Amino acid sequence: MKGNNAYLLAAYAITWIIHITYLATIVSRYSRLKREIESLRKSG
Amino acid sequence: MKRLFPILGVVTAVLLIYALYMALIGAPTEQTMGNVQRIFYYHVPSAWTAFILFFVNFGASIVYLVRRKAAADIVALVSAEVGVVFCTVVLVTGPIWARPVWGIWWTWDMRLTSTLVLWLIYVSYLFLRRFSSSGETPTLAAALAVLGALCVPFVYFSIWFFRTQHPQPVMGGGGSIDPRMLHVLLLNWLAFSCFAFLVCWSRYRLETLQRDVDQAHALESLMAPRGSAR
Repeated sequence: MKGNNAYLLAAYAITWIIHITYLATIVSRYSRLKREIESLRKSG
Repeated sequence: MKRLFPILGVVTAVLLIYALYMALIGAPTEQTMGNVQRIFYYHVPSAWTAFILFFVNFGASIVYLVRRKAAADIVALVSAEVGVVFCTVVLVTGPIWARPVWGIWWTWDMRLTSTLVLWLIYVSYLFLRRFSSSGETPTLAAALAVLGALCVPFVYFSIWFFRTQHPQPVMGGGGSIDPRMLHVLLLNWLAFSCFAFLVCWSRYRLETLQRDVDQAHALESLMAPRGSAR
């Protein structure tokens, strides 16, 4: 049954990789938008 | 509202850590499957959270179809997106759990197949939102969401009405669960629900900001001086 611990670890790790990857896309898009807003303010 | 987000963030982080501890260490070890059964504490709450998010998407889509409120459209988009993320977790953790227990990664039984179809419907919804530039996109997407939501109860009740490879329900439907395991399951569901709420809130803020920026760009191009004479 010790080999099954690898499956358990894999399931938990992949869960958080999926969530963190999605969060990273939100953060990245937010940073890009902030830069766009700054450039709009400067040009406006 | 701005102060509430970091407070909720800290509470959610503490809940998630405590729920993880209880799932890995606090919960009793299942007799037949051993430690691999602990995947249950991530797999089932992720499924329930996905179903709730798709239900929110359904409600918001109905509101949009009836009242054409932009906020409802944003809620629909956000809930579908986060719902797809949680459904992806379900479709990944399920086979990882199945492999050591059933000896197979996948089988085309009613529960697994209907969950995959549900995921494909909402991925299609997101593709429509992303790649269609028609003004009718929110309406078309809302209509697709209303139909897609019909799949959710089908997925949930599939193991009640069909004999499948997938285990029978642990709550209701003749199933049972150790009370200590139930406690850990509900704790993880609470933690993931709080997490989903915060992610949706962040995504909602992002989408609102994106639409404001798009509007500003559109106004800027309208106000820009015309090109040279014909």
